[in-house]
Amino acid sequence: MKRIATTTGLYPLPDWAKSQLREQKGRQRDDLISGNEGEDVTATYDTAREEVIERQQAAELDRIVEGQLRWDDMLCHPLAVHDAVEAGGILRYYDNNNFYREMSVQGELTTTGDLATELNAAARIAPDDARQAVLPGPCSLADLATDEYYGDEDAFLDAVAGFLAEEVRSCPAVETTLLLEPSLAVDPPPEQAETIDAIETVAEAATGEVIVHTYWGTPSTGLYASLLDASVDGVGLDLVTSASDVGALGREYGYPDATAFGVVDGQNTRIETAEEIDRLLDDALTDADMPNRAYLTINTEAFYLPFGRFDRKLAALADAVTPEEVAP
Amino acid sequence: MSDVREQFRPPNHQHEHFLLTTVVGSYPKPNWLRNSRDQHDDAELSDEDWEEALDDASRLITLEHERAGLDAVVDGEMRRTEMVEYFAERIGGYEFHGPVKVWGHNYFDKPSVVEELSYEEPWLEAEFRYTDEVASRPVKVPITGPYTLASWSFNEHYEDTETLANVLATLVRREVEVLVDAGAKYIQIDEPALATTPDDHRIVGDCLETVTESIPADVRTGLHVCYGDYSRIYPEILEYPVDEFDIELANKEYEQVDVFKDPPFTKDFAPGVVDAHDASVESIDTIEGNIRKALSVVPPERLTVSPDCGLKLLPRQVAFEKTRNMVRAARNVEEKLDEGIITPDA
Repeated sequence: MKRIATTTGLYPLPDWAKSQLREQKGRQRDDLISGNEGEDVTATYDTAREEVIERQQAAELDRIVEGQLRWDDMLCHPLAVHDAVEAGGILRYYDNNNFYREMSVQGELTTTGDLATELNAAARIAPDDARQAVLPGPCSLADLATDEYYGDEDAFLDAVAGFLAEEVRSCPAVETTLLLEPSLAVDPPPEQAETIDAIETVAEAATGEVIVHTYWGTPSTGLYASLLDASVDGVGLDLVTSASDVGALGREYGYPDATAFGVVDGQNTRIETAEEIDRLLDDALTDADMPNRAYLTINTEAFYLPFGRFDRKLAALADAVTPEEVAP
Repeated sequence: MSDVREQFRPPNHQHEHFLLTTVVGSYPKPNWLRNSRDQHDDAELSDEDWEEALDDASRLITLEHERAGLDAVVDGEMRRTEMVEYFAERIGGYEFHGPVKVWGHNYFDKPSVVEELSYEEPWLEAEFRYTDEVASRPVKVPITGPYTLASWSFNEHYEDTETLANVLATLVRREVEVLVDAGAKYIQIDEPALATTPDDHRIVGDCLETVTESIPADVRTGLHVCYGDYSRIYPEILEYPVDEFDIELANKEYEQVDVFKDPPFTKDFAPGVVDAHDASVESIDTIEGNIRKALSVVPPERLTVSPDCGLKLLPRQVAFEKTRNMVRAARNVEEKLDEGIITPDA
């Protein structure tokens, strides 16, 4: 089994960028990213993007992400920059002490090219690295947003999936695409066929190995089995919050060839040791078919962490994939 | 439960009806206080001068609240950095690793619990004593609750959040006893984390039992919760040992008000009638409309009027105008109730 050190993106801003952007943008609801930021704000994000890419390179991670530093509304960002979407009052982001603006879809979800702009910027900074795209899965994005245009849930999910697929098509090629789908674990959709269709719509448009990553729980057994049959390359599972449930899924259904394991806690400052990560993995893999490629990652998005601890977590991930030196 | 309200009715109150007006707690800090903090951090301002600046700011905002007409005032939490950070700095066993995002470009220094926690010094006694001395109106003391202190810390030491929250509940109880001994008559326990993890309402209830068990009956107690799906905590919260629930409703234009009607609300109700995260000042008419919606939940004698949440992120003038309009709207509604122009179940 090959271990690949990566992250889920949505990084914390470096501390200097936190204060600079607060000054440049303000801190009210209307000050958040809407896709038409000025040159000074763009320049700050460019510098911050460069810094987080350098940190990943310095840690020698196997996949480099853009960092999604502009995603003020977290996984709802792709809608925040869309002209047909109205940003409203603030809502709690899942069960966290974090908030995003209610995204109300008022018209047709056409392509914005926002994701491609970010990934092109990352490609210019890290042209020679194996890059990874990060975007919300269609189920989580539809779950977080409000539909006032398409009329029913299935039509809305289809539209969101089609929208993400078009965004992904305009992106540069990457080695791995991570679709973040916390809603599949937190608020499992009742209709599995529609869910899988939506995920496949996005996955078919994406380049590289496509992994559907879940966290804050596990998908139901039925949904997990459907994901294994779906035309995606892999599934991501959260060992930090749900180690025993993940192990049970692995023993009953096996793991896909490419499996992402959330092994480092994105919501706690304690730094995991390589031995602890090994133990978590060993437990998950006991009596289960081993995947060919295990992506080791932070379980959740990373923005919950203070920047210094986040940086140390990158090192912890890199340590976890480095083979131990064997005494001669 | 409503008999602990009358002590807040001003002696010269002009209406028969009385809607208790107050704020959740935090208020924008004057720019000069921020500058003084920077100078103090850089050792350019002595400890003595910094203390004087804090006293001045505390007095200024307390009097600003009185000028806005509030019945129960707060000093705007001028001495506090943030609702978890401030307390963690005074509790043994915490460490800080830097700011984390709450939303947009609003951050706090989320602390990490790295060892057994201990009560080392009073947290709010000096703040209360000073505010009480300079205020001519009764003072409300907001204090962050144990569950929120636990949930919004990185827990590197205790087995789980419940264990940590129970330890913190004993420390909060100790502080509340200090405040009551100092003369506090209105204590609001802030538990916004309850909205993040509504399934933990039992843990919050257990913590509140611990915190409030030694509070005398004449001390008014409130619980503040905000930005959540209230249907997930209602009606369970009616079992909590507090007099009043203070919640955010204006942010989403009272979309959730019906949650509190079935079963009937049995405590005092303090819904937000102005939005704490929108810099446009609501008109008096708009606020009156919100108050009337709240009157569909409880009768006037059980209604408290306050903003959605702390106002600290707004420009100061906006915060003042929202507060002033809120009080004016409350007084207008009282007058209309007195005259029978509107009826309590409007």
